[in-house]
Amino acid sequence: MWGRLRALIVKELLAVLRDARSRFILIGPPLLQLFLFSYAATLDVTNIDVGVINRDAGKWSVEFLHRLDGAPAFRTIRPLADLTEARQAIDNREVLIVLRFAEDFSRDVAAGRTARIEVILDGRRSNASQIVAGYLSSIATTMSNSLNVSLAALDSDGAGSDSLVVRHWFNPNLNDFLFIVPSLLGTLTLLIALIVTGQSIARERELGTFDQLMVSPLRVSEILIGKTIPPLIIGVLQSTAFLLVAIFFFQIPFRGSLLLLYLGIVFFLASVIGVGLFISSLSQTQQQAFLGTFMFTAPAILLSGFATPIENMPDWLQTLTQVNPLRHFLVIVRGVFLKGLPAADVFASVVPLILIAIFTLATAAWLFRRRME
Amino acid sequence: MSAESTSTGGFRRFTALLAKESIQIVRDPSSILIAFVLPLILLFLFGYGVSLDANLIRIGIVAEGSSEPSHSLVAAFRASRFFKVTEARDRRELVPLLIAGDIRGIFVIPSDFGADVEKNVLLGKSQIITDGSDPNTAKFVQNYVQGVWSNWVAARQDGATNAQIFNVESRYWFNPELTSRYFLVPGSIAIVMALVGTLLTALVVAREWERGTMEAMMATPISSTELILGKLIPYFVLGLGSMAMCTVVAVFLFGVPFRGSILALLAISSAFLVPALGQGLLISSATKNQFVASQAALLSGFLPAFLLSGFVYEIGSMPEVIQIITYAIPARYLIPSLQTVFLAGDIWPLFLGDIAAMLVIGAVFLVLTARTTRKSLE
Repeated sequence: MWGRLRALIVKELLAVLRDARSRFILIGPPLLQLFLFSYAATLDVTNIDVGVINRDAGKWSVEFLHRLDGAPAFRTIRPLADLTEARQAIDNREVLIVLRFAEDFSRDVAAGRTARIEVILDGRRSNASQIVAGYLSSIATTMSNSLNVSLAALDSDGAGSDSLVVRHWFNPNLNDFLFIVPSLLGTLTLLIALIVTGQSIARERELGTFDQLMVSPLRVSEILIGKTIPPLIIGVLQSTAFLLVAIFFFQIPFRGSLLLLYLGIVFFLASVIGVGLFISSLSQTQQQAFLGTFMFTAPAILLSGFATPIENMPDWLQTLTQVNPLRHFLVIVRGVFLKGLPAADVFASVVPLILIAIFTLATAAWLFRRRME
Repeated sequence: MSAESTSTGGFRRFTALLAKESIQIVRDPSSILIAFVLPLILLFLFGYGVSLDANLIRIGIVAEGSSEPSHSLVAAFRASRFFKVTEARDRRELVPLLIAGDIRGIFVIPSDFGADVEKNVLLGKSQIITDGSDPNTAKFVQNYVQGVWSNWVAARQDGATNAQIFNVESRYWFNPELTSRYFLVPGSIAIVMALVGTLLTALVVAREWERGTMEAMMATPISSTELILGKLIPYFVLGLGSMAMCTVVAVFLFGVPFRGSILALLAISSAFLVPALGQGLLISSATKNQFVASQAALLSGFLPAFLLSGFVYEIGSMPEVIQIITYAIPARYLIPSLQTVFLAGDIWPLFLGDIAAMLVIGAVFLVLTARTTRKSLE
C-alpha cells in the first residue's frame, strides 16, 4: 500500500512541477506579488495636491498655507482664481481639495473672532477626502492652540486632549507593513494551494486518466491522500519562503511560536486543499473547475478581513465568514507574528479549519466514490 | 481575382467566423455564468462586504478607582454609539481579550483620576491602549476615543473651552453625505469587470489550443488578425451586457446616483473591455494550455486589479516604483472614470485621457497576442 501511495504522490508532484511554466508560476509571481502589494497597501493618504483660492491679504492665511506645506502629506499647493477654476481642477482630479480664505480671514483672527476656512473636497474619493479633512482640522487646532497659549496658561500641559495618553501595542508606530505582510502570506498561500488542487481532478477527468486511476488497485482514500499530500508539501515550502521574506526582508517581528504557526499553516492548507478537491471533483471540465476556483477565491479574499475589517460587515455576513478558511488563518498568522498568540487562541482558530477540512475532503471522497459506481 | 471580390470574400468569411464564435458562446454555459452570474455575486459581496466605515468597536474600560468623574467618563463611553464596552477592575483581565482580538482597545482610568479632576479637569490623565496589529482599526479607535474624551472634557469645563479660532468647514462635492457605498460600488464594478473580461477569454482560446481546434482554424484562409477579432467581438458584446447589468444593480439596488450619460458610460466601458479581453487572449495564446492559463489568470486577474487600481489604496500614497507599475493596470483608469460618470457627470477631458490610456494598453496586449499566435504557425 505504501509503495502505491508513494507512486501516486510522486506522480502528482510531477504533474504540477514537470511543466517549466507551471513551476515558474508557482514561484515567480507569488513572490513578486508579496513585494509589490506589501508596498502598495497603505491606507495613509500622502502626496496630496491642494488648490487655494486666497482672497485674504493678511498674514494668517499665509501662515496656514505655510504649515500645510510643511506637513509631509501635502505635495503641491496650486493657486486658483475662483470657484470656476476650482470646479475644473477638482472635476479633472488635478487636486483633491480646494481651500478658500475669505477677504476678512486675517481680520477675524486679529479681532479674536472665529476665522472660517472653507474647504471643498472631492466626494468621489470620499475616504481619502475624509482623511485629508482630518489633517486640516488638526492643523487648525494646533494653530488655534498656539494662539490660545495665554488663555490656556492655567494649564501648563496644554489642551485637554493632550492628557489622554495613546499607546499602540504590538505595533507602536502603526507601521502598515506589520499588518499587510502577514496578511499577504496567508492570501498568497491560499491562491497557490487552490492553483495546485483546483484543476487536479478535473484535468484528469478531461484527459481521461481519472478512469485509469479509478480502475487501478488504489482505494478512494488512497487517491484522496495522494491528491492531498503533494499540494500540502508545495504549500508548506511556499509559505516557508514567504515567512523567511517576511522576517528577514521586511523585518516583521516574530513574537510567537513557530510550531504553532506551522500547525496553523498545515490545517489551513488542508482546508483549502479540501475546498480545491471538492470544486475539482464537482467539475466535469477544467473550465468549470477554474470557474469554481474563482467563485471561491474572490469572496474568500474579500471576506477575510484582509483589506477591510470584518467588524464593518453586516452581522449576517460576519456569520458567513466563519466558513472562510482564510479568515481564521489571518487571525492565526497576524496573532502569532505580532502578538505572540497563546496556544489556546491558536487552537480556537484551528478548530474551524479542521472542521472545514474534514467536511470538504469527505465530500470530495464521496463525489469520487459516486463516480465509481 | 479582383481586389473587390477578395474583400467581400474576406467579409463573408469573417461574418461566418463571428457567427461560429457567437454560437459557441451561447452554447457554452460557462461564458454566460462568467458574464452574468459571477458579476452579480461579486457585486453583492463588494456592496455589503467591503466597507471602510467602522460599525461598532468593541473596547474594554478599566476604572482602577471609584470616583464620580471616573463613573461619569465610563457613562460617556457607554452612551457613545461607536463603542461596545466591556468593563473590568483590573487591566490584566482585559489583556488576553486584546490579544485574542475580542476587543480593539483598552481605556484605562487610573486610580488617582478622580482626585486629579477635582483639582483641575485638564490634569486628569487617562490612557488608551489600542491593538496596533491592525493599524487602520487602531487609528479609528484612537480617533473615536479622543472624540469621546474631548467632548467629556468640554462638558466638564462647562463652556470655558479654548475658542477654536481657525475653523475648518468641509463640503464634499458629488457625495455630500459621504456615503462610502457611492464610491465603493463604481470601484467594485471596475474590479468585477476586470475579472470578467480576463476570465471570458483566458480559458477559451487555451482550450482550443489544447484540443487542436486552433490548428484547424489556422489551416483555413483566416488571418490571425481576423481570428483574434472573431474571438474578441462576441466577448466584447457579452462584456457590454455584463456592464449594463452591473450598472442597473448599482443604481437600483445600491441606490448609487447616475449623473453622467449612457453614451459616456458606453465609451468608457468599451475602451476598458479592449485591454481586459486582450489580457485574457494574451494569457491563453501565450500558454496554449488550460492548466497554465488558469494559473496565470488566477494570479493576474484579481489581486492586481484589487490592490493596485486605487480602489482601496490611494495610488498617490504608494512608493514611486509601484505608482509606475499601476500605469499598466487597466482598472486604474476605469475606476476614476466610472466614479465620475456615476457621481459627477460627463467630464470629457478626464474620460478621454483614461480612454486613450486603456486603448493603448489594449493595443499592446492585442499586438502581443497576434505575434504569439503567428509565431506558432511556423
